[in-house]
Amino acid sequence: MPDMNLYYRVGAERDLGTPAANGNPANGGADAAPTVNVEIDGRHIGVPEGTSVMRAAALAGASVPKLCATEDLDAFGSCRLCLVAIEGRKGYPASCTTLVEEGMVVHTQTPRLAELRRNVMELYISDHPLDCLTCAANGDCELQDMAGAVGLRTVRYGYDGAHHLDKPKDESALYFSFDPAKCIVCSRCVRACEEQQGTYALTISGRGFDSEVIASQNDAFIDSECVSCGACVKACPTATLIEKSVIEHGQPESAVITTCAYCGVGCSFRAETQGGQLVRMVPNRDGHANHGHACVKGRFAFGYATHRDRITTPLVRDSIDDEWRAVGWDEAIRTAAERLQGIQARHGRKSIGGVTSSRCTNEEVYVVQKFIRAAAGNNNVDTCARVCHSPTGYGLKTTLGESAGTQNFDSVLQSDVIVVIGANPTEAHPVFASAMKRRLRQGAGLIVVDPRAIDLVQSPHVRADHHLQLKPGTNVAVINALAHVVIEEGLEDEAYIRARCDMEAYRIWRAFISEARNSPEATEAATGVPAGQVRAAARLYAEAGNGAIYYGLGVTEHSQGSTMVMGIANLAMATGNLGRPGVGVNPLRGQNNVQGACDMGSFPHELTGYRHLSDQATRKLFEAEWRVALDPEPGYRIPNMFDAAIDGEFKGLYVQGEDFAQSDPDTQHIYAALSAMECVIVQDLFLNETAKFAHVFLPGCSFLEKDGTFTNAERRISPVRKVIAPLSGMDEWEITCRLATAMGYEMRYSHPSEIMDEIARLTPTFRGVSYAKLAELGSIQWPCRDEASAGTPLMHVDQFVRGKGYFAPTPYVPTDERANARYPLLLTTGRVLSQYNVGAQTRRTGAVAYHREDKLEIHPADAQLRGIVDGSWVGLKSRAGETVLRAQVTERVQPGVLYTTFHHPESGANVITTDNSDWATNCPEYKVTAVQAYPVSKPSEWQEMFRRFTAAQQQLSEQALGEAQPSFAPAKLQRDRQVAQA
Amino acid sequence: MTVDAAKLVRMAEQITANMAYTDDVELVAARVADHLNRFWDPRMRQAMAEAANGDADQLSPALQAAVRQLHGVGGGGVP
Ligand code: SF4
Ligand code: SF4
Ligand code: SF4
Ligand code: FES
Repeated sequence: MPDMNLYYRVGAERDLGTPAANGNPANGGADAAPTVNVEIDGRHIGVPEGTSVMRAAALAGASVPKLCATEDLDAFGSCRLCLVAIEGRKGYPASCTTLVEEGMVVHTQTPRLAELRRNVMELYISDHPLDCLTCAANGDCELQDMAGAVGLRTVRYGYDGAHHLDKPKDESALYFSFDPAKCIVCSRCVRACEEQQGTYALTISGRGFDSEVIASQNDAFIDSECVSCGACVKACPTATLIEKSVIEHGQPESAVITTCAYCGVGCSFRAETQGGQLVRMVPNRDGHANHGHACVKGRFAFGYATHRDRITTPLVRDSIDDEWRAVGWDEAIRTAAERLQGIQARHGRKSIGGVTSSRCTNEEVYVVQKFIRAAAGNNNVDTCARVCHSPTGYGLKTTLGESAGTQNFDSVLQSDVIVVIGANPTEAHPVFASAMKRRLRQGAGLIVVDPRAIDLVQSPHVRADHHLQLKPGTNVAVINALAHVVIEEGLEDEAYIRARCDMEAYRIWRAFISEARNSPEATEAATGVPAGQVRAAARLYAEAGNGAIYYGLGVTEHSQGSTMVMGIANLAMATGNLGRPGVGVNPLRGQNNVQGACDMGSFPHELTGYRHLSDQATRKLFEAEWRVALDPEPGYRIPNMFDAAIDGEFKGLYVQGEDFAQSDPDTQHIYAALSAMECVIVQDLFLNETAKFAHVFLPGCSFLEKDGTFTNAERRISPVRKVIAPLSGMDEWEITCRLATAMGYEMRYSHPSEIMDEIARLTPTFRGVSYAKLAELGSIQWPCRDEASAGTPLMHVDQFVRGKGYFAPTPYVPTDERANARYPLLLTTGRVLSQYNVGAQTRRTGAVAYHREDKLEIHPADAQLRGIVDGSWVGLKSRAGETVLRAQVTERVQPGVLYTTFHHPESGANVITTDNSDWATNCPEYKVTAVQAYPVSKPSEWQEMFRRFTAAQQQLSEQALGEAQPSFAPAKLQRDRQVAQA
Repeated sequence: MTVDAAKLVRMAEQITANMAYTDDVELVAARVADHLNRFWDPRMRQAMAEAANGDADQLSPALQAAVRQLHGVGGGGVP
């Protein structure tokens, strides 16, 4: 166990005033830049060339007063508070915009400077309300600090003249308020919105005295282009832009560094609390994935953690028609263990299984798969990554040798052309999208491969060079056509291929890809993408220099998901775009810990670190550590479990934080499977859709109540730290351990750090990873191949992990899910920024105001043909089922294609998705369903049934929950007690 | 053939189609068998093989050959 005091220690956030030389830590140029030596207030310091005098002074320990400068933004030089004297120079230059020069001698404090700065401050204060004592920013206001720092005592100008003090507040934004009376027009907010976020929602309008900050065309924030990322709020030095939670609760008094539990970017945050209550989440400037930026979800949408729907007491019942009964932990664990053992006694060892969650920590996931393999004695364990990124694991392992993205996020800042395939980063991975947009504004090329015109195709200062708007289901034909052009036009990197790849496989692949059927001209009919466009895009990618590919679920969730991943890897290898900064093949992971859940051995056929069960040496290692014999054959995947349940041979399921009944395709099939089981155990925050079919409910913890780690899309292991104590009184990893112990297999740890130590012992890519090391380094990117490793930002640098890169032939096999006379349209699915997947969390925050219902996007031509108008109800029918959604008529989708999101259960989007799946991994084909659409006046039969069922289940839980009302009184975390126990 | 066995055969044919970049049936069969052995629960291999053998003339030649190479399935392969 690490020293807990050290583990929780949080340094004060330092603001050095201007960014490191070369702007971004990613550029690496800062290290390479020659050192410049300067003298500041008598202190000598050497800094990289390109550093500002302000930053050098701060590094030397002399802080210069400032207002318009902050480390997160480029220097602007407007407030004139940071003046310094430089020997041999006339006047008083602004230290934020002046760069150091060799031998420079700087004075930051002289009587004349003090007078000048006081004059500046006097002007600011003369147009600023003097209500500091009652201001929400009191104690966290840079204007207040600067008034103190420059020794301002009197203000000669009164408020009689023109001023801005009467301006009304804008409270329209959900999470922050805007009080223009307090604005000093430093433009930090405007620059944050441009530079950090890339949305360009704010401007300074007017000149001189009349200048003011406005959102969009002087709109209220809620009606503007603002996406509520909060960058401007963090940047604002005054109370003008401030979190409403701070206005409500007051200034936070302590902080913990933790990691966002929403998406695969894995942003690092300071969780700031007061009296045990979370007041706000502030993006961590030292966060290696996010560098001080965040999006609306991680920054503001944490209210679900204390939502009244949270269940904090274990519940049990005999059948799903019975009322739930609130019980103590002992009884709940005993009941769960007895039922699972009973099923095994009656139906055999392999009749039960478990599913791990990509929302849970690595440690929690690890203990669940260990529980299934060691305590239940079979390999029926899978993870919800099955339904999103399992093809990534298969495809990248086959071609490159490791089931993970090849780059760190910062790598994108060195890309010359960026290819985005089947991903919508501005909605689903917003903070990475901001980095990508910064690079695009600097001039990198952009190729978007997507059936829909996503925001990136055209947004402020960003425009795709090519948008290959393919028909859903034809990804492989497009990637093959791109590779065909590379080979046919001699754009491949022959030396690279010869040095790094398996030449026999290359020869076979080359012959295959050169066949005429793979040419852009031959595939045009199927893909709908003009051949000329494919050729131009291929040339751009192959010839621009550093070509980087980013992809999402639009690649994996197809019948050929795995083929497409291999096709992407082939293209990157053929053009030499792997193994250095700025290039690579990168899956954008949906949930926060998809990468981690896969790494932790959740798949039925492999142990941690992607080692197949049939590998005897690996099995022996685990058998020795776990003291059990392991079954060398793979178990069931999630869809196989459901099929087997309907068949009557699979009877019990332990589900960790996963909601099949909403998220998995072909809902009616899932309902049938869940109803057929004898014991369904759900461990979650809420009585979710799946819990309606459960017999035991074990209350889980929100990420604020956990110690553990998440691994993001760039393989970065980041610490998750307890901000408040578990509301249920039990850590999630401990629930699993107690369940295993109750079933006769003892599993005991005193802290999750011990679980990580076990993982590190058993996994060659996790050597030396420990909580102490995480505390020291902040985060670590696996692989760590020896104890001393500090992580690996870039993979496949000298050679591929596999040894030689493997070109896998990728024949295009059209999906069975084709448009026909009965179902002439193709439905595809996606998500929006403000909501997260099934929405279980975000629907329980204020963010629901941004997205009250899922809508069906339909092209005007298709709508008109069917008499569908904007806002009307549309019936949607596939061979799997039928549902009803509200229409949104838009040209974002092409004719023949429909699009919807799946954040609300009653939408029933998955009632119509089918059981088609990826050939290699059974990842469901969410992205293509053949459907018919028609106007209707009432909800579908399924929706009526859903409403009745929901109401009935609600009744069955009311009494139990009435007895065990969750208490959200701030539970102050007793760290001292924990430390003492350790 | 039960509904589920039919689905397993369909899935196996889908794997075969995606491996079939060459006309070399034996090569494709070997790769299909390897895939099924590595990723499918033995119960699924068994059920699929039984259904396939009962309906062999409906199968692609490569899958027919692959079924004979499955582990732990009556009638062939390494146990
Ligand atoms: S709102 Fe804040 S950050 Fe923006 S100009 Fe005004 S004081 Fe500066
Ligand atoms: S919250 Fe983000 S998007 Fe909105 S104005 Fe501020 S910086 Fe711009
Ligand atoms: S980008 Fe992802 S990880 Fe970062 S704050 Fe938003 S949801 Fe959280
Ligand atoms: S901080 Fe340098 S001019 Fe404002």
